[in-house]
Amino acid sequence: MLLQQLVNGITLGGVYALIALGYTMVYGILEFINFAHGEIFMVGAYIGLLSVGILPEGSPPFLKLLFCFAFSCSLTGILGVLVERVAYRPLRGAPRLAPLISAIGVSIFLQNVVMLVAGSENKVFPQLFPSGGVRISGVDISYIQIFIISLSFAIMIALHLFITKTRIGTAMRATAQGMEVASLMGIDVDRIISLVFLIGSILGAVAGIMVGMYYGIIKYTMGYIAGLKAFTAAVFGGIGNMPGAMVGGFAIGILESLGAGYISSDYKDAFAFLILIAVLILRPSGIMGERVSEKV
Amino acid sequence: MRGIALRVEGLTKRFGGLLVLDDLTFSVMEGEILSVIGPNGAGKTTLFNCITGIHRPDSGRIILGGDGRDITGLKPHEIARMGIARTFQNIRLFWGMTVLENVMVARHSLNTYGILDSILFLPRFLREERRVLERSMEILEIVGLSGVADEIAGNLPYGDRKKLEIARALATEPKMLLLDEPTAGMNPVETSDAMSIIERLRRDFGITILLIEHDMNVVMGISDRIVVLDYGKKIAEGRPEEVREDPRVLEAYLGKAVELKKEHVKGT
Amino acid sequence: MNWVGIIRRFWAFALAISIPLIFLFLSSFGILGFDYLLHIAILCGIYVILSVSLDIIVGMAGLLNLGHVAFYAIGAYITALLSLHFGMNFFISALISAAASGICGLLLGIPALRLRGDYLAIVTLGFGEILRITLNNWDSLTNGPRGLTGIRHPSIGGFVIERPLHFYYLVLLLVAVSIALYWRIERTRMGRALVAIREDEIAAASVGIDVTKLKLFAFWIGASLAGLAGSFFASWTGFVSPDSFTFMESVLILCMVVLGGMGNVLGVCVGAIVLSSLPEILREFRDYRMLFFGLLLIVMLAFRPEGIVKSKRRAMELKRG
Repeated sequence: MLLQQLVNGITLGGVYALIALGYTMVYGILEFINFAHGEIFMVGAYIGLLSVGILPEGSPPFLKLLFCFAFSCSLTGILGVLVERVAYRPLRGAPRLAPLISAIGVSIFLQNVVMLVAGSENKVFPQLFPSGGVRISGVDISYIQIFIISLSFAIMIALHLFITKTRIGTAMRATAQGMEVASLMGIDVDRIISLVFLIGSILGAVAGIMVGMYYGIIKYTMGYIAGLKAFTAAVFGGIGNMPGAMVGGFAIGILESLGAGYISSDYKDAFAFLILIAVLILRPSGIMGERVSEKV
Repeated sequence: MRGIALRVEGLTKRFGGLLVLDDLTFSVMEGEILSVIGPNGAGKTTLFNCITGIHRPDSGRIILGGDGRDITGLKPHEIARMGIARTFQNIRLFWGMTVLENVMVARHSLNTYGILDSILFLPRFLREERRVLERSMEILEIVGLSGVADEIAGNLPYGDRKKLEIARALATEPKMLLLDEPTAGMNPVETSDAMSIIERLRRDFGITILLIEHDMNVVMGISDRIVVLDYGKKIAEGRPEEVREDPRVLEAYLGKAVELKKEHVKGT
Repeated sequence: MNWVGIIRRFWAFALAISIPLIFLFLSSFGILGFDYLLHIAILCGIYVILSVSLDIIVGMAGLLNLGHVAFYAIGAYITALLSLHFGMNFFISALISAAASGICGLLLGIPALRLRGDYLAIVTLGFGEILRITLNNWDSLTNGPRGLTGIRHPSIGGFVIERPLHFYYLVLLLVAVSIALYWRIERTRMGRALVAIREDEIAAASVGIDVTKLKLFAFWIGASLAGLAGSFFASWTGFVSPDSFTFMESVLILCMVVLGGMGNVLGVCVGAIVLSSLPEILREFRDYRMLFFGLLLIVMLAFRPEGIVKSKRRAMELKRG
């Protein structure tokens, strides 16, 4: 049923949009694909899982939920900032190949750390949200879906306001336009970049917890595929373009939901890769991006 | 009567909303040294980029040589192989390679041997490689860098870097050389040195030279003719003496400063 | 005369010659565990070929290829299929496999090489994964995850290569071919042009270098060589399955190239030997293998991007800012 798939797609899209924003913000300033961002999302989910074990058993679910988000967002955010400081910042002047390879290293490192610490089997994510839902004109919408969709939108609106209305947000946009000029204007570019990684990682953590709640299962490999799909979304919407990442996220989410029925699940991932390759080759500037050429 | 080496017709280029070249038309005569001058942002480097195929003009044509070959929109390497070589405003050398290698690599398109020739050490390979080495050393002699042939380009002092870029461009055996601010940042001695090299290129090798320059001593000293750009439009063209007196040129360069001065005086 | 270079080459050469001779000597004693040593050595040989082939693409041309394992897989599977369906001998199927992989390299390169470095990396990654998923699911052709068994060992006339020592010599021959090929590119105008492209594409084009054609050339040769390695692998183990050709394999080969020094073929050989023999030697730490490799990439790029075997010019090129 089309409407049902649409609802599922928007839910998924919200998640992808949050992850895609992380990719796009980093790319906007550093012109660099943070290959490890998918792993940040995965770590966010696992830390969320960890947080549930910390609070006492009888705590109200609302508190557990709040703590889960707060705990994971802070730790994952810090991780993101740390990764930038340790692995990427030293390579800022180096040819573009260098940070890319380093990012691959970070991705593999994080994946394996989680695997070794938490185990390679699927992990059950606890029910923090009441199950059940509503039924509107024949379409089932679970409470979790409502939560995910509304939270995604709320975060995106907040982020948009932050970027456009606050001084720091303006500084971020200025840095994305040109790092050297921004620093000449007195903007502390290093801090802005750390902030971008912090925000991106927090968004990734939120997405990770959402996925944990939605599917009830997390595994240490979830960052890889989700990361690639979110990256596709970011490019699709125009890499470096934040509204584009949001649009792209929803587009990919809806596409995936609609396609889930029609494409055989064996080749599903191959199909996702094919879309990614097609977008990169045919329309690398995305639907909302501009062609940026190198200054000679 | 000298032939036309290059003709630019109605060249227009926009970047987004910014009009950088505005219906630009002029010719470069064979064997002449033509300087393109104008205030910053006048579109001079963009002109070079259009000629060498890095940018595609929005309208207009670029025509090469007497036979009237339209080279507008061709790829950079194709245009280079037709005999147009260039240097860059912000020096784009191959920093990790030695001075000699920088020049040798520019001979690439002049050779024909393939992977099979090199695997089997066929005569064509041996012969062409030897020629590459010989000719590269000759070119380094011309610009005076043969003493540092094995030095890594990144280690060179500024003046030598500029010279190396010219040498590398020369290695392609060009008929026409586009020099983008060849004396920028040079002291008077280096500048004078560069000027003699440029004149020698025209005199001994018959290379047509198109020059972007800010140093008026250089411009007046070696140019046969000058083209003046302002906001992408040609505002003057002619011999150095004519251009120097042209009121539109003076206004373009000094006019803004004069305006500011008037404001300042009024304000106090 | 570049004495330092000549002395270095001499020692590398002497080392390269002495090891196989030592092996020949030892084998005649039938020493216990020697076959295991040969097994590691053959594995090293395969990875040396793979690393050299990747280095042509990554090191010489500066193109990040994250799907290199795909060419390895194509070579292996084509040899497997030719052997199983036609009983074809390795020495012929190797050439066909290398050619096929090379063509795939071209086919991938034509659309992909117009892209910026980071996008190219993702596209090659996608290509590798699509191939693996296809190999895993195309049961009728590839037998899916169960793989193909019973691949013939190489033979010349009546003589069949089945002893480890003979496989070792064969792989050594292929290693020599790879390195020779690498040198015959590096020291020619193609090699110079590739380095120029790696340093500055626009400047390279401005001196008449056809950037796209040369990048395709690098992809073609690198892919062909990887296909050759795959062909040998299939004939040696007698068995191929998609599990041998994962993204992690591509990463592993990349690690070898990064460790040894991108663009430095002897360094790359060292990197390959170290990273392929270490996991075998440190068997108990199997689980920590990929963790180590991830860390290796981060650390190498941060502190020693030119690789463990020093190259002054590479250090200059990779100098920050």
